[in-house]
Amino acid sequence: MVKKLRYSNALAVLLTVAGLSAPALAGSEDVVVENAWSRASIGVNRPGAAYLTVRNTGEDAVTLTGLATPLAMMPEIHESKTNSDGVSSMAPAGEITIEPGQSVALEPGGLHAMLMKLQEPMTEGETFPLTLTFSDGGKVTVEIPILGIAARGPEG
Amino acid sequence: MQRRQLVLYGAAGAGVLGLTLFVGWWRVDGPSAPKPAGQRPLPLSAMDFRLTDHEGNEVGPETLIGRPTMVFFGFTYCPDVCPTTLSDISGWLEELGDEAAQINVVFITVDPARDTVEAMAEYVGYFHPVIRGWTGPEDQIARAAEGFRASFERVPTEGGGYTMNHTASVFLFDAEGELVTMIDYHEPREFAVPKIRRALTEDVEGAT
Repeated sequence: MVKKLRYSNALAVLLTVAGLSAPALAGSEDVVVENAWSRASIGVNRPGAAYLTVRNTGEDAVTLTGLATPLAMMPEIHESKTNSDGVSSMAPAGEITIEPGQSVALEPGGLHAMLMKLQEPMTEGETFPLTLTFSDGGKVTVEIPILGIAARGPEG
Repeated sequence: MQRRQLVLYGAAGAGVLGLTLFVGWWRVDGPSAPKPAGQRPLPLSAMDFRLTDHEGNEVGPETLIGRPTMVFFGFTYCPDVCPTTLSDISGWLEELGDEAAQINVVFITVDPARDTVEAMAEYVGYFHPVIRGWTGPEDQIARAAEGFRASFERVPTEGGGYTMNHTASVFLFDAEGELVTMIDYHEPREFAVPKIRRALTEDVEGAT
């Protein structure tokens, strides 16, 4: 399931496969996914996290409704929040609408793709496919590089 | 006429003065005041808890006195905030270079049920070598959190698991164990490193 892929530059392996389904899509074929990365996991008991930016280059708003990946049984978009007392908490983010010309960043400390119930460990240097599902029925699949546990961003 | 103008200016002046005083009160003593002293972490010397570090050594607040110290709370099953905090801290320590070796850096788990000594050892091994992981019985973790005025709470998740809400700030103490400052989660690194340097300098000043 997880493809072993050699790469010199994490960004270079980003294969965006847009608009896999029907021709009657409104919007999701104009979605571009950038800066995707994730951190390696220790085993499969702890949830993993992946980060990426979803950019809507089209003329219509698009709504991201869900995630799917062979790597995890329960992938979900979650949001970490830190309140005025400095206490951090995390909760499912629900659907995310992206207006035309706008982008939404899933980055550390905010929105992230939470990968619950990992089917196999996330190993540094490998990649895994993550499918984003949109409300118009369109799906976008990206290949996400797995960086080290201590990575701070798509560059490592 | 002149007199009336004078009175008018006087009244306006008094108004401005009053407003200034009010703004000052609001900021310093009023609703917008910094948190009362009770909400600030205690000095390390006033804390009392017994934990075990990731190498199996018995540790407590007194272990930290004598060198500047950074402490933060988290748990290793945390997918986003904790690895981010640990990698941020690793970055700050790299930036400090040789000075990093003079600081205690401690990650205290709020999830001792899953974060055993072995789990902490494996986890901290992925980050800067100066970082130590502390765990222990739940009541001792609670006493530690109380001393730091940190909070944590177990929150069930769908699918039968749980996650932890917890204070994500980094606490900075000088070598005597007095709180110097806190680094809030997501504070840019350009603010964090000078704060750590300040804790290091206060140590030098304290020694003279």
